[in-house]
Amino acid sequence: MQDLDKKADEWEPKIIAFLCNWCSYAGADLAGVSRIQYPPTIRVIRVPCSGRINPLFILRCLQSGADGVLVSGCHPGDCHYTSGNYVARRKFAILNNLLEYLGIEKGRVHFAWVSASEGGKFAELIKEVTEEVRVLGPARRLVKSEWR
Amino acid sequence: MNGDDLMPDISTMIRDTARKLLEEKKVDLVIGFEKGTLPLRSTPCFIRNSKEAEKLVWNASCENNLARYLRKRQEKIGIVAKGCDVRSIVELIKEKQLTREQVFIIGIPCNGMVDRKKIDLKLNGREILEAEEKDATLILKGYNFTETLDKEEFLHDSCRTCKYRNPVIYDVLIGNKVAENEGTDEYEEIRQFEAKSADERWQFFTEEFSQCIRCYACRNACPLCYCQECFVDNSQPQWIGKTTNLSDTLIFHVVRALHAAGRCVDCGACDRACPMGIDIRKLTRKVQMDVKQLFHYEAGISVDDIPPLATFNLDDPQEFIK
Repeated sequence: MQDLDKKADEWEPKIIAFLCNWCSYAGADLAGVSRIQYPPTIRVIRVPCSGRINPLFILRCLQSGADGVLVSGCHPGDCHYTSGNYVARRKFAILNNLLEYLGIEKGRVHFAWVSASEGGKFAELIKEVTEEVRVLGPARRLVKSEWR
Repeated sequence: MNGDDLMPDISTMIRDTARKLLEEKKVDLVIGFEKGTLPLRSTPCFIRNSKEAEKLVWNASCENNLARYLRKRQEKIGIVAKGCDVRSIVELIKEKQLTREQVFIIGIPCNGMVDRKKIDLKLNGREILEAEEKDATLILKGYNFTETLDKEEFLHDSCRTCKYRNPVIYDVLIGNKVAENEGTDEYEEIRQFEAKSADERWQFFTEEFSQCIRCYACRNACPLCYCQECFVDNSQPQWIGKTTNLSDTLIFHVVRALHAAGRCVDCGACDRACPMGIDIRKLTRKVQMDVKQLFHYEAGISVDDIPPLATFNLDDPQEFIK
Protein backbone atom coordinates (compact mmCIF):
# COMPACT_ATOMS: atom_id res chain seq x y z
CA MET A 1 0.00 0.00 0.00
CA GLN A 2 2.89 2.32 0.67
CA ASP A 3 3.43 2.50 -3.10
CA LEU A 4 0.34 4.70 -3.49
CA ASP A 5 2.06 7.51 -1.62
CA LYS A 6 4.89 7.69 -4.13
CA LYS A 7 5.04 10.37 -6.74
CA ALA A 8 4.37 9.35 -10.31
CA ASP A 9 7.72 10.63 -11.62
CA GLU A 10 9.77 8.70 -9.08
CA TRP A 11 11.96 5.98 -10.59
CA GLU A 12 10.79 2.46 -9.93
CA PRO A 13 12.83 -0.52 -11.07
CA LYS A 14 11.54 -2.55 -13.99
CA ILE A 15 12.31 -6.22 -13.48
CA ILE A 16 11.68 -8.98 -15.96
CA ALA A 17 10.72 -12.22 -14.20
CA PHE A 18 10.96 -15.49 -16.10
CA LEU A 19 8.76 -17.89 -14.17
CA CYS A 20 8.42 -21.61 -14.69
CA ASN A 21 4.85 -22.55 -15.53
CA TRP A 22 4.78 -25.46 -13.10
CA CYS A 23 6.04 -23.86 -9.91
CA SER A 24 7.08 -20.22 -9.67
CA TYR A 25 4.24 -19.02 -11.87
CA ALA A 26 1.79 -20.90 -9.65
CA GLY A 27 3.70 -19.54 -6.62
CA ALA A 28 3.08 -16.01 -7.91
CA ASP A 29 -0.56 -16.95 -8.41
CA LEU A 30 -0.77 -18.18 -4.82
CA ALA A 31 0.76 -14.94 -3.57
CA GLY A 32 -1.96 -13.16 -5.55
CA VAL A 33 -4.96 -15.17 -4.36
CA SER A 34 -3.64 -15.05 -0.79
CA ARG A 35 -3.53 -11.22 -1.09
CA ILE A 36 0.13 -11.06 -0.07
CA GLN A 37 1.52 -7.63 -0.92
CA TYR A 38 4.70 -7.22 -2.96
CA PRO A 39 6.10 -4.37 -5.04
CA PRO A 40 4.60 -4.00 -8.54
CA THR A 41 8.03 -3.98 -10.17
CA ILE A 42 8.02 -7.25 -12.04
CA ARG A 43 6.88 -8.04 -15.57
CA VAL A 44 6.24 -11.75 -15.76
CA ILE A 45 7.17 -13.96 -18.71
CA ARG A 46 5.87 -17.47 -18.32
CA VAL A 47 8.18 -20.21 -19.56
CA PRO A 48 7.56 -23.98 -19.66
CA CYS A 49 10.68 -24.72 -17.56
CA SER A 50 13.74 -22.92 -16.24
CA GLY A 51 15.59 -25.11 -18.73
CA ARG A 52 13.89 -23.08 -21.47
CA ILE A 53 15.93 -20.01 -20.51
CA ASN A 54 18.51 -19.15 -23.09
CA PRO A 55 21.23 -16.84 -21.72
CA LEU A 56 20.37 -14.62 -24.65
CA PHE A 57 16.96 -13.91 -23.08
CA ILE A 58 18.67 -12.43 -20.05
CA LEU A 59 21.23 -10.46 -22.04
CA ARG A 60 18.49 -9.21 -24.33
CA CYS A 61 16.50 -7.97 -21.31
CA LEU A 62 19.51 -6.06 -20.01
CA GLN A 63 20.15 -4.64 -23.47
CA SER A 64 16.56 -3.49 -23.79
CA GLY A 65 16.83 -1.53 -20.57
CA ALA A 66 15.45 -3.87 -17.92
CA ASP A 67 16.85 -2.78 -14.56
CA GLY A 68 16.84 -6.33 -13.31
CA VAL A 69 16.14 -9.88 -14.39
CA LEU A 70 14.82 -12.71 -12.25
CA VAL A 71 14.74 -16.34 -13.30
CA SER A 72 12.76 -18.65 -11.08
CA GLY A 73 12.14 -22.36 -11.45
CA CYS A 74 11.27 -25.50 -9.53
CA HIS A 75 13.36 -26.68 -6.61
CA PRO A 76 15.94 -29.33 -7.51
CA GLY A 77 14.15 -32.67 -7.68
CA ASP A 78 10.77 -31.10 -8.45
CA CYS A 79 11.13 -30.44 -12.17
CA HIS A 80 8.03 -31.28 -14.17
CA TYR A 81 10.38 -32.61 -16.85
CA THR A 82 12.57 -34.42 -14.31
CA SER A 83 15.88 -32.70 -14.98
CA GLY A 84 15.27 -29.38 -16.77
CA ASN A 85 16.23 -27.31 -13.73
CA TYR A 86 19.39 -29.34 -13.08
CA VAL A 87 20.67 -28.69 -16.57
CA ALA A 88 19.60 -25.05 -16.29
CA ARG A 89 21.51 -24.74 -13.01
CA ARG A 90 24.81 -25.49 -14.75
CA LYS A 91 24.03 -23.02 -17.50
CA PHE A 92 23.12 -20.33 -14.96
CA ALA A 93 26.27 -20.92 -12.92
CA ILE A 94 28.43 -20.20 -15.97
CA LEU A 95 26.33 -17.23 -17.04
CA ASN A 96 26.21 -15.73 -13.57
CA ASN A 97 29.99 -15.87 -13.24
CA LEU A 98 30.54 -14.50 -16.72
CA LEU A 99 28.22 -11.53 -16.15
CA GLU A 100 30.04 -10.63 -12.98
CA TYR A 101 33.39 -11.03 -14.73
CA LEU A 102 32.20 -8.73 -17.49
CA GLY A 103 31.52 -6.04 -14.92
CA ILE A 104 27.71 -6.17 -14.81
CA GLU A 105 26.76 -5.14 -11.28
CA LYS A 106 26.06 -8.00 -8.92
CA GLY A 107 22.35 -7.87 -8.16
CA ARG A 108 21.03 -7.14 -11.65
CA VAL A 109 20.40 -10.77 -12.45
CA HIS A 110 18.83 -13.12 -9.92
CA PHE A 111 18.07 -16.81 -9.84
CA ALA A 112 15.66 -18.52 -7.45
CA TRP A 113 13.78 -21.72 -6.76
CA VAL A 114 10.14 -21.12 -5.78
CA SER A 115 7.56 -23.89 -5.62
CA ALA A 116 3.83 -23.61 -6.27
CA SER A 117 3.12 -23.66 -2.54
CA GLU A 118 5.55 -20.86 -1.66
CA GLY A 119 3.38 -17.80 -2.22
CA GLY A 120 4.96 -16.16 0.81
CA LYS A 121 8.47 -16.89 -0.40
CA PHE A 122 7.59 -15.46 -3.80
CA ALA A 123 6.43 -12.17 -2.29
CA GLU A 124 9.55 -11.99 -0.10
CA LEU A 125 11.73 -12.76 -3.11
CA ILE A 126 10.24 -9.94 -5.16
CA LYS A 127 10.71 -7.53 -2.23
CA GLU A 128 14.32 -8.58 -1.89
CA VAL A 129 15.11 -8.43 -5.61
CA THR A 130 13.38 -5.06 -5.97
CA GLU A 131 15.40 -3.59 -3.09
CA GLU A 132 18.68 -4.88 -4.53
CA VAL A 133 17.91 -3.45 -7.94
CA ARG A 134 16.71 -0.18 -6.42
CA VAL A 135 20.06 0.26 -4.70
CA LEU A 136 21.85 -0.22 -8.02
CA GLY A 137 19.66 2.35 -9.78
CA PRO A 138 18.60 2.32 -13.43
CA ALA A 139 20.37 -0.10 -15.77
CA ARG A 140 23.42 1.39 -17.44
CA ARG A 141 25.76 -1.28 -18.64
CA LEU A 142 24.85 -3.27 -21.72
CA VAL A 143 21.86 -1.00 -22.43
CA LYS A 144 21.68 -0.23 -26.13
CA SER A 145 22.05 3.53 -26.31
CA GLU A 146 19.83 3.97 -29.38
CA TRP A 147 16.91 2.53 -27.48
CA ARG A 148 17.13 4.95 -24.61
CA MET B 1 63.60 -29.78 -26.87
CA ASN B 2 64.52 -32.64 -29.11
CA GLY B 3 61.31 -32.04 -31.06
CA ASP B 4 62.95 -28.96 -32.51
CA ASP B 5 66.05 -30.80 -33.61
CA LEU B 6 63.84 -33.04 -35.66
CA MET B 7 61.92 -30.22 -37.33
CA PRO B 8 63.22 -30.76 -40.90
CA ASP B 9 62.74 -34.46 -40.50
CA ILE B 10 59.19 -34.00 -39.34
CA SER B 11 58.32 -32.41 -42.69
CA THR B 12 59.88 -35.35 -44.52
CA MET B 13 58.10 -37.83 -42.30
CA ILE B 14 54.76 -36.08 -42.86
CA ARG B 15 55.32 -36.22 -46.64
CA ASP B 16 56.19 -39.91 -46.51
CA THR B 17 53.19 -40.73 -44.36
CA ALA B 18 50.83 -38.71 -46.57
CA ARG B 19 52.22 -40.28 -49.74
CA LYS B 20 51.85 -43.77 -48.34
CA LEU B 21 48.31 -43.15 -47.10
CA LEU B 22 47.21 -41.80 -50.46
CA GLU B 23 48.97 -44.51 -52.47
CA GLU B 24 47.48 -47.27 -50.35
CA LYS B 25 44.11 -45.55 -50.65
CA LYS B 26 43.72 -45.49 -46.89
CA VAL B 27 42.58 -41.89 -47.19
CA ASP B 28 41.21 -39.83 -50.07
CA LEU B 29 42.45 -36.50 -48.81
CA VAL B 30 45.27 -35.27 -46.62
CA ILE B 31 44.92 -31.90 -44.93
CA GLY B 32 48.20 -30.32 -43.86
CA PHE B 33 50.31 -27.24 -44.30
CA GLU B 34 52.29 -25.95 -47.26
CA LYS B 35 54.75 -23.09 -47.52
CA GLY B 36 52.97 -19.76 -47.60
CA THR B 37 53.68 -16.93 -50.03
CA LEU B 38 55.42 -14.88 -47.35
CA PRO B 39 58.29 -15.93 -45.15
CA LEU B 40 57.25 -17.28 -41.75
CA ARG B 41 53.83 -18.15 -43.12
CA SER B 42 52.39 -21.59 -43.66
CA THR B 43 49.02 -22.12 -45.18
CA PRO B 44 46.56 -25.04 -45.02
CA CYS B 45 46.67 -27.29 -48.06
CA PHE B 46 44.51 -30.12 -49.34
CA ILE B 47 46.22 -33.02 -51.03
CA ARG B 48 44.41 -35.68 -53.02
CA ASN B 49 47.24 -36.91 -55.21
CA SER B 50 50.26 -38.68 -53.75
CA LYS B 51 52.58 -36.69 -56.05
CA GLU B 52 51.50 -33.48 -54.38
CA ALA B 53 52.59 -34.75 -50.97
CA GLU B 54 55.95 -33.04 -51.58
CA LYS B 55 54.27 -29.73 -50.80
CA LEU B 56 53.67 -30.59 -47.15
CA VAL B 57 55.77 -28.80 -44.55
CA TRP B 58 56.00 -28.52 -40.79
CA ASN B 59 57.47 -25.52 -38.97
CA ALA B 60 56.72 -22.98 -36.26
CA SER B 61 54.16 -21.10 -38.34
CA CYS B 62 51.68 -23.96 -38.82
CA GLU B 63 49.29 -22.14 -36.51
CA ASN B 64 45.87 -22.71 -38.10
CA ASN B 65 43.52 -25.19 -36.50
CA LEU B 66 42.94 -27.67 -39.31
CA ALA B 67 40.02 -29.34 -37.52
CA ARG B 68 38.01 -26.47 -38.99
CA TYR B 69 38.11 -28.21 -42.40
CA LEU B 70 36.89 -31.63 -41.34
CA ARG B 71 33.13 -31.28 -41.21
CA LYS B 72 30.69 -32.13 -43.98
CA ARG B 73 33.05 -34.34 -45.95
CA GLN B 74 32.16 -37.75 -47.28
CA GLU B 75 35.68 -38.99 -47.98
CA LYS B 76 38.20 -40.46 -45.58
CA ILE B 77 40.60 -37.78 -44.38
CA GLY B 78 44.16 -37.81 -43.18
CA ILE B 79 44.89 -34.77 -41.06
CA VAL B 80 48.16 -33.33 -39.81
CA ALA B 81 47.25 -32.34 -36.29
CA LYS B 82 49.06 -30.83 -33.32
CA GLY B 83 47.82 -31.01 -29.72
CA CYS B 84 45.07 -28.40 -29.99
CA ASP B 85 43.86 -29.64 -33.39
CA VAL B 86 43.46 -33.13 -31.98
CA ARG B 87 41.48 -31.84 -29.01
CA SER B 88 39.14 -30.04 -31.43
CA ILE B 89 38.79 -33.28 -33.41
CA VAL B 90 37.85 -35.08 -30.17
CA GLU B 91 35.15 -32.47 -29.56
CA LEU B 92 33.84 -32.82 -33.13
CA ILE B 93 33.66 -36.60 -32.75
CA LYS B 94 31.88 -36.19 -29.43
CA GLU B 95 29.37 -33.87 -31.07
CA LYS B 96 28.77 -36.39 -33.86
CA GLN B 97 30.14 -34.14 -36.56
CA LEU B 98 32.65 -36.83 -37.57
CA THR B 99 33.30 -40.44 -36.83
CA ARG B 100 36.60 -41.62 -35.48
CA GLU B 101 36.92 -44.03 -38.43
CA GLN B 102 36.59 -41.18 -40.91
CA VAL B 103 39.78 -39.47 -39.82
CA PHE B 104 43.32 -40.72 -39.87
CA ILE B 105 45.14 -38.50 -37.39
CA ILE B 106 48.78 -37.78 -38.16
CA GLY B 107 49.60 -36.51 -34.68
CA ILE B 108 52.47 -34.12 -34.14
CA PRO B 109 53.82 -33.12 -30.72
CA CYS B 110 54.08 -29.36 -30.78
CA ASN B 111 56.39 -26.93 -29.05
CA GLY B 112 54.16 -23.98 -29.79
CA MET B 113 53.71 -21.76 -32.80
CA VAL B 114 55.28 -18.34 -33.16
CA ASP B 115 53.23 -15.18 -33.18
CA ARG B 116 54.10 -12.98 -36.16
CA LYS B 117 52.56 -9.96 -34.49
CA LYS B 118 55.06 -10.23 -31.64
CA ILE B 119 57.90 -10.68 -34.12
CA ASP B 120 56.76 -7.66 -36.13
CA LEU B 121 56.85 -5.58 -32.97
CA LYS B 122 60.38 -6.75 -32.27
CA LEU B 123 61.53 -6.03 -35.83
CA ASN B 124 60.02 -2.59 -35.63
CA GLY B 125 58.87 -2.25 -39.23
CA ARG B 126 61.75 -4.08 -40.90
CA GLU B 127 60.47 -6.58 -43.45
CA ILE B 128 61.36 -10.25 -43.22
CA LEU B 129 62.53 -11.64 -46.56
CA GLU B 130 63.79 -14.97 -45.40
CA ALA B 131 63.10 -17.07 -42.35
CA GLU B 132 64.92 -20.13 -41.18
CA GLU B 133 64.39 -22.31 -38.14
CA LYS B 134 67.27 -23.84 -36.32
CA ASP B 135 66.61 -25.77 -33.13
CA ALA B 136 64.95 -23.37 -30.73
CA THR B 137 65.85 -20.26 -32.70
CA LEU B 138 64.46 -18.38 -35.65
CA ILE B 139 66.87 -16.72 -38.04
CA LEU B 140 65.20 -13.84 -39.82
CA LYS B 141 66.87 -12.04 -42.71
CA GLY B 142 65.90 -8.86 -44.52
CA TYR B 143 67.56 -5.80 -46.11
CA ASN B 144 70.79 -5.28 -44.21
CA PHE B 145 69.80 -7.21 -41.14
CA THR B 146 69.86 -10.66 -39.65
CA GLU B 147 68.09 -11.31 -36.38
CA THR B 148 68.35 -14.47 -34.37
CA LEU B 149 65.36 -14.84 -32.09
CA ASP B 150 64.56 -17.35 -29.39
CA LYS B 151 61.30 -19.02 -30.50
CA GLU B 152 60.16 -19.51 -26.92
CA GLU B 153 59.85 -15.74 -26.43
CA PHE B 154 57.60 -15.24 -29.42
CA LEU B 155 55.04 -17.98 -28.94
CA HIS B 156 51.32 -17.33 -29.17
CA ASP B 157 49.73 -16.71 -25.77
CA SER B 158 47.59 -19.82 -26.20
CA CYS B 159 50.74 -21.91 -26.83
CA ARG B 160 52.42 -20.50 -23.76
CA THR B 161 49.75 -21.85 -21.42
CA CYS B 162 48.99 -25.00 -23.45
CA LYS B 163 48.82 -28.16 -21.34
CA TYR B 164 48.27 -30.62 -24.16
CA ARG B 165 51.20 -30.24 -26.51
CA ASN B 166 51.13 -33.93 -27.35
CA PRO B 167 48.09 -35.20 -29.25
CA VAL B 168 45.61 -37.02 -26.98
CA ILE B 169 44.63 -39.48 -29.72
CA TYR B 170 46.34 -40.31 -33.01
CA ASP B 171 46.76 -43.04 -35.60
CA VAL B 172 50.41 -42.30 -36.16
CA LEU B 173 52.66 -40.02 -34.14
CA ILE B 174 55.44 -38.20 -35.95
CA GLY B 175 58.49 -37.11 -33.99
CA ASN B 176 59.16 -37.57 -30.30
CA LYS B 177 56.76 -36.57 -27.59
CA VAL B 178 57.61 -33.21 -26.06
CA ALA B 179 57.61 -32.28 -22.39
CA GLU B 180 54.29 -30.91 -21.18
CA ASN B 181 54.02 -27.48 -19.67
CA GLU B 182 53.30 -28.78 -16.15
CA GLY B 183 54.50 -25.98 -13.92
CA THR B 184 52.58 -23.01 -15.30
CA ASP B 185 49.19 -21.94 -13.97
CA GLU B 186 47.22 -21.61 -17.18
CA TYR B 187 44.58 -19.32 -15.66
CA GLU B 188 46.85 -17.02 -13.70
CA GLU B 189 46.17 -14.11 -16.03
CA ILE B 190 42.40 -14.60 -15.71
CA ARG B 191 42.63 -14.68 -11.91
CA GLN B 192 44.65 -11.49 -11.88
CA PHE B 193 42.06 -9.86 -14.11
CA GLU B 194 39.25 -11.05 -11.83
CA ALA B 195 40.94 -9.37 -8.90
CA LYS B 196 40.32 -5.97 -10.51
CA SER B 197 37.19 -4.00 -9.65
CA ALA B 198 33.97 -4.44 -11.64
CA ASP B 199 34.38 -0.93 -13.05
CA GLU B 200 37.88 -1.66 -14.27
CA ARG B 201 36.77 -4.90 -15.86
CA TRP B 202 33.84 -3.21 -17.57
CA GLN B 203 36.16 -0.46 -18.77
CA PHE B 204 38.53 -3.05 -20.23
CA PHE B 205 35.80 -4.96 -22.05
CA THR B 206 34.14 -1.86 -23.47
CA GLU B 207 37.48 -0.58 -24.77
CA GLU B 208 38.51 -3.95 -26.13
CA PHE B 209 35.25 -4.85 -27.84
CA SER B 210 34.50 -1.38 -29.17
CA GLN B 211 37.24 -2.17 -31.68
CA CYS B 212 35.26 -5.10 -33.05
CA ILE B 213 34.21 -4.63 -36.69
CA ARG B 214 31.86 -7.64 -36.64
CA CYS B 215 33.71 -9.42 -39.44
CA TYR B 216 33.06 -12.77 -37.69
CA ALA B 217 36.58 -13.98 -38.44
CA CYS B 218 36.67 -15.39 -34.88
CA ARG B 219 33.56 -17.41 -35.59
CA ASN B 220 34.81 -18.59 -38.96
CA ALA B 221 38.20 -19.68 -37.64
CA CYS B 222 36.73 -21.54 -34.68
CA PRO B 223 36.56 -25.29 -35.28
CA LEU B 224 33.54 -25.54 -32.98
CA CYS B 225 31.48 -22.61 -34.30
CA TYR B 226 29.59 -24.60 -36.88
CA CYS B 227 25.89 -23.81 -36.34
CA GLN B 228 23.91 -23.96 -39.54
CA GLU B 229 22.58 -20.55 -38.70
CA CYS B 230 24.41 -18.50 -36.09
CA PHE B 231 22.22 -16.55 -33.67
CA VAL B 232 23.63 -13.28 -35.02
CA ASP B 233 22.47 -14.13 -38.53
CA ASN B 234 19.02 -15.06 -37.35
CA SER B 235 16.40 -12.56 -38.46
CA GLN B 236 13.26 -14.23 -37.09
CA PRO B 237 13.67 -13.37 -34.25
CA GLN B 238 16.52 -10.96 -34.69
CA TRP B 239 18.38 -11.54 -31.45
CA ILE B 240 20.94 -8.79 -31.75
CA GLY B 241 21.74 -5.92 -34.09
CA LYS B 242 24.30 -6.40 -36.82
CA THR B 243 26.17 -3.14 -36.48
CA THR B 244 29.24 -2.35 -34.42
CA ASN B 245 27.08 -0.99 -31.61
CA LEU B 246 28.96 -1.76 -28.40
CA SER B 247 26.05 -3.45 -26.65
CA ASP B 248 25.39 -5.75 -29.63
CA THR B 249 29.08 -6.51 -30.05
CA LEU B 250 29.53 -7.38 -26.40
CA ILE B 251 26.51 -9.64 -26.42
CA PHE B 252 27.81 -11.39 -29.55
CA HIS B 253 31.12 -12.15 -27.88
CA VAL B 254 29.61 -13.12 -24.53
CA VAL B 255 27.16 -15.51 -26.15
CA ARG B 256 29.87 -16.95 -28.39
CA ALA B 257 31.91 -17.63 -25.27
CA LEU B 258 28.87 -19.25 -23.60
CA HIS B 259 28.22 -21.40 -26.67
CA ALA B 260 31.78 -22.63 -26.43
CA ALA B 261 31.39 -23.50 -22.73
CA GLY B 262 32.71 -26.99 -22.12
CA ARG B 263 33.70 -27.27 -25.78
CA CYS B 264 36.42 -24.67 -26.27
CA VAL B 265 39.90 -26.22 -26.23
CA ASP B 266 41.67 -22.84 -26.20
CA CYS B 267 43.48 -23.37 -29.49
CA GLY B 268 43.55 -19.59 -29.89
CA ALA B 269 42.21 -19.65 -33.47
CA CYS B 270 39.73 -16.82 -32.72
CA ASP B 271 42.45 -14.64 -31.28
CA ARG B 272 44.78 -15.18 -34.22
CA ALA B 273 42.03 -14.60 -36.77
CA CYS B 274 40.98 -11.26 -35.28
CA PRO B 275 42.12 -8.45 -37.60
CA MET B 276 41.70 -5.92 -34.79
CA GLY B 277 43.79 -7.81 -32.26
CA ILE B 278 40.98 -8.09 -29.71
CA ASP B 279 41.72 -10.25 -26.68
CA ILE B 280 38.84 -12.67 -27.28
CA ARG B 281 40.41 -15.35 -25.10
CA LYS B 282 39.80 -13.15 -22.04
CA LEU B 283 36.18 -14.23 -22.30
CA THR B 284 36.50 -17.79 -23.57
CA ARG B 285 39.13 -18.71 -21.01
CA LYS B 286 37.04 -17.44 -18.12
CA VAL B 287 34.27 -19.79 -19.20
CA GLN B 288 36.78 -22.59 -19.65
CA MET B 289 38.19 -21.97 -16.18
CA ASP B 290 34.71 -22.00 -14.62
CA VAL B 291 33.79 -25.24 -16.36
CA LYS B 292 36.96 -26.79 -14.99
CA GLN B 293 36.42 -25.49 -11.47
CA LEU B 294 32.68 -26.01 -11.16
CA PHE B 295 32.21 -29.21 -13.13
CA HIS B 296 35.76 -30.64 -13.13
CA TYR B 297 35.73 -31.00 -16.86
CA GLU B 298 38.18 -30.26 -19.62
CA ALA B 299 37.18 -30.30 -23.27
CA GLY B 300 38.81 -32.46 -25.89
CA ILE B 301 40.41 -35.08 -23.71
CA SER B 302 38.36 -38.19 -24.40
CA VAL B 303 35.65 -39.04 -26.93
CA ASP B 304 33.73 -40.87 -24.20
CA ASP B 305 33.20 -37.87 -21.92
CA ILE B 306 29.70 -36.39 -21.73
CA PRO B 307 29.65 -32.64 -22.51
CA PRO B 308 29.32 -30.82 -19.14
CA LEU B 309 26.33 -28.73 -20.14
CA ALA B 310 24.42 -31.76 -21.42
CA THR B 311 24.51 -33.43 -18.04
CA PHE B 312 24.36 -32.56 -14.32
CA ASN B 313 25.21 -33.68 -10.84
CA LEU B 314 22.70 -33.58 -8.01
CA ASP B 315 25.17 -31.60 -5.91
CA ASP B 316 26.21 -29.01 -8.49
CA PRO B 317 27.04 -25.60 -6.98
CA GLN B 318 23.99 -23.40 -6.40
CA GLU B 319 24.98 -20.83 -3.77
CA PHE B 320 24.01 -18.07 -6.21
CA ILE B 321 20.39 -19.28 -6.38
CA LYS B 322 17.96 -17.85 -3.86
